[in-house]
Amino acid sequence: MSVIESTTSRHTAKVMNRSALTRRLVAKLNNEEAVIGGIGNSNFDLWASGQRPQNFYMLGSMGLASSIALGVALAQPKRKVFALDGDGSILMQLGSLGTVASVNPANLCIILWDNGLYQITGSQKTLTSRGVDLVAIARGAGLAQSEWAQDEEHFEALVDAALNQDGPRLISVRIDGEKPAGTTDRDPARIRINFMRGLAESSNPV
Amino acid sequence: MASDSFSEEWASTFVRVLKDNNVDLVTYIPDNVLRPLIDAIEADPYFTVVVPTREEEAVAIVAGAYMAGRRGITLMQTSGFATIANTLASLACPFQLPVVMVISERGTLGEFQLGQSMVCRTMRPVLQSLGIENFAIQDKSQVEFIAGNMIRQAFATKTPAAIILSPLLTKRPH
Repeated sequence: MSVIESTTSRHTAKVMNRSALTRRLVAKLNNEEAVIGGIGNSNFDLWASGQRPQNFYMLGSMGLASSIALGVALAQPKRKVFALDGDGSILMQLGSLGTVASVNPANLCIILWDNGLYQITGSQKTLTSRGVDLVAIARGAGLAQSEWAQDEEHFEALVDAALNQDGPRLISVRIDGEKPAGTTDRDPARIRINFMRGLAESSNPV
Repeated sequence: MASDSFSEEWASTFVRVLKDNNVDLVTYIPDNVLRPLIDAIEADPYFTVVVPTREEEAVAIVAGAYMAGRRGITLMQTSGFATIANTLASLACPFQLPVVMVISERGTLGEFQLGQSMVCRTMRPVLQSLGIENFAIQDKSQVEFIAGNMIRQAFATKTPAAIILSPLLTKRPH
């Protein structure tokens, strides 16, 4: 039995809800951690969870949440940085997982929401609905600490590990096709200024 | 710039300009013309260097770093630039991010490969339609003035910029 087929299989992972888990994640962020919300529903649910100054909401550039987060992580190595992205997005930039592994940032955690759907464009199927396993890809790319969250409690435990241990880490989550809990205001200049202020005014040493 | 700086190789001048402007993060996709600059940067512990798989990643990494307070630059060749119009139009431009690109110009002044010369012709129209400041450096005596001022302008005005390295700089004996 391979590592992938053991306790962290996609097949055994519970199908959960992105909005609910985004709120569980945000509730654990007590040290001004940065969060990069990927295009579409990933950042819509981040927005709906409360507009923290340390949140960045992408409006395009599909697939690059992890890359933006890597830049933030390189600039502020003492701050924990999370990237939230969907399966359709990361499938466009699989090389970026190898880039993260090569840089090996201790402060970066990638969370992938996988419902097997291009949900925002009409729920067309992505490759993960046909057997592509993002955790297997991430491990193959060199991200050894990559796991499928088996249920809500396991998700929280993995987030705790990301907050308290060295990364990089990747958490993949099977989610349903429910709509997001809100919609991000499309004002890129304001998003950027708020985010920069949120990272600059931190009491966190950087 | 004193006339004696003209004897300096363009890559050495470029490294000096980066340091003068506190640019210490470099992302690049390998290119043979850029090799003197890549070699100099890789050999210098001042720089943190990331070599991603695509130019889109390279742009996004320096964009993220800028927002967190660190100045970066990204190096690519013309064909790589042709892959990033969407990243520039949806990330660097609307979010007002000073993504400084150093683009080695391939496809002109002696190109032997049709695909390279055709993709080269797309570069300036894309830069112009996105309103991105761009200049081609043609002589090593221009490196300090053009690169330095373009970097300073990009960060001062929070806009992307393209510093094009012409074959007149990188291939012409001078």
